[in-house]
Amino acid sequence: MTTNTARQTRASSAQDLADRPPTPAQRVHAVLHRKPALSPAIVLLLAAIAFGLLNSRFYHLENLSLVAQQVAVVGSLAAGQTVVILTAGIDLSIGAVMVLSSLVMSKLVADQGVPGVLALFIGAVVAVGSQAVNGLLVTRIKLPPFIVTLGTLSIFTAITLIYAKGQTVSLNPDAFLLWSATSVSIGSLHLTTGVLMMVVLYGVIGFALRYTAWGRHLYAVGDDAEAARLAGISVNRVLLSAYLVAGLAIAVAAWILAGRVGGGDPNAGLNANLESITAVVIGGTSLFGGRGVVVGSLIGAFIVQVFDNGLALAGFDPNYQVLAVGILVIAAVSVDQWIRSVKA
Amino acid sequence: MTTTDHQAPVLQATGLVKRFGRVVGLDDVDLTLYPGEVLGVIGDNGAGKSTLIKCLSGALVPDEGTIRVDGAEVHFKKPQDAREAGIETVYQNLAVAPALDIASNLFLAREIRRKGPLGSILRMLDIGEMKRQATEQMKKLGITTMQDISQAMETLSGGQRQAVAVARAGAFGSRVVILDEPTAALGVRETGEVLRLVRDLREHGLAVILISHNMPNVFLVCDRIHIQRLGSCAGVITPQSHTMEDAVAIMTGAKILTPSS
Repeated sequence: MTTNTARQTRASSAQDLADRPPTPAQRVHAVLHRKPALSPAIVLLLAAIAFGLLNSRFYHLENLSLVAQQVAVVGSLAAGQTVVILTAGIDLSIGAVMVLSSLVMSKLVADQGVPGVLALFIGAVVAVGSQAVNGLLVTRIKLPPFIVTLGTLSIFTAITLIYAKGQTVSLNPDAFLLWSATSVSIGSLHLTTGVLMMVVLYGVIGFALRYTAWGRHLYAVGDDAEAARLAGISVNRVLLSAYLVAGLAIAVAAWILAGRVGGGDPNAGLNANLESITAVVIGGTSLFGGRGVVVGSLIGAFIVQVFDNGLALAGFDPNYQVLAVGILVIAAVSVDQWIRSVKA
Repeated sequence: MTTTDHQAPVLQATGLVKRFGRVVGLDDVDLTLYPGEVLGVIGDNGAGKSTLIKCLSGALVPDEGTIRVDGAEVHFKKPQDAREAGIETVYQNLAVAPALDIASNLFLAREIRRKGPLGSILRMLDIGEMKRQATEQMKKLGITTMQDISQAMETLSGGQRQAVAVARAGAFGSRVVILDEPTAALGVRETGEVLRLVRDLREHGLAVILISHNMPNVFLVCDRIHIQRLGSCAGVITPQSHTMEDAVAIMTGAKILTPSS
């Protein structure tokens, strides 16, 4: 390797420039680049400290339990949304599919007397099937995901409303579908099975993204689809799988939603489409694809809920929460742009 | 290594035609590649270099013509088909995922799974093994400028990225490695490094196709040079038989190469 070292001693001044020690800004940049969930985690921590100072009731375990329960639906949805956004796609219909799936589950039990387990399964098939429609339109007809899901958002919402005939469905409190609302106490922290289901969902998706070839291919496709194709990845298969996996996450969210509203409500979760995207974006996943981690979306969902809860406890008008979330979204995307722009 | 008449070609394309609508990208092109040689492919912009290479690497399907690998006819429908036949390509855009690390990129689309149920049921990757093999491959090719195999691709310099892409091709290509403009965006030092890698691939017994605009580089490393002009092959020369001026003249049509020369 003598030739190599000789070459290195002849390194140009440009090389010297590249080799000089990084500035503090470059260091921060490099760390954030490697750990995309770090900045949302810091925001969550700071928000929790601030709201605790404003009103110490924020830290009461009942309050924290409430926050966790309120996060469960949008949090589960955000896990699915993350997978789609990592492919540089977006799913505007995700909440509409959840409401439809949840209504199908509840109505099958209430109107047709279908056993709960079977109704859950059929509802899950509806969720995955709806996402297959999205995925096939994106991969076969080559439409932009934004347009596809903008269209299917209306379609799935309409189907839900037609199917519901303007009525909500109430289930017997001991119905199987409401098992997701069963309370689980860990010490004096009162969670629900729904919260635990969400945590498991994040574990499964996080594992698949990090430790399987599918996960790597998802990142590669989101980063640069043409390069991924040339590298030998079947791009369409990966894209379709992202929507199908999102369908499974939706099914989990639909089950948790059924538990929270006590059955099926065509008007529940109206804002869930955008709220799931908000959670993903605040969680540090790039809307341009290929960058982010799923746990960031969980943190993002918690940030939104903590602001909601904390500002209410501090006595602010609820509209300030909407304002705060808007600022957070713009701040998160600005940070993402910065992380992507300069070379570390 | 210039006379390879007695050897059977490892890759042979005959009468390749590729049309894009009314534009003819390739017009009846023949290309022959012998084992253990570096074949340069040169030509002006639009001469059909990239189209030719894409047909050989499975990224495009030719409209007419045959491709033979070790004498057997093949029909590549996608890049994986060519890859399974032992032909690896380093594309101009390198076909890498910038956010993934070096080891992940080396094994992109052919990851190694863990043994036992963790791999077969949970489909878990053997990240340690991939890193180990990646390090080994880099060492084998004498690529020592990268400190950390788990660095993301986007943190590497252009030459380092090129080196990773070449290492990937060298690691998995059992017959042929095709390099599309590997030195186009590189500085002098990095270009020298990539050309050294090209020679190393030949030392390891691979046949190499090198597409380049850079005439001195082509004359430096290639055994034979295939000249494309206006979608056809204008002739095949060697660095010994012709000068760079001749090559440019043939490339631009100022000089016509007769089959006997």
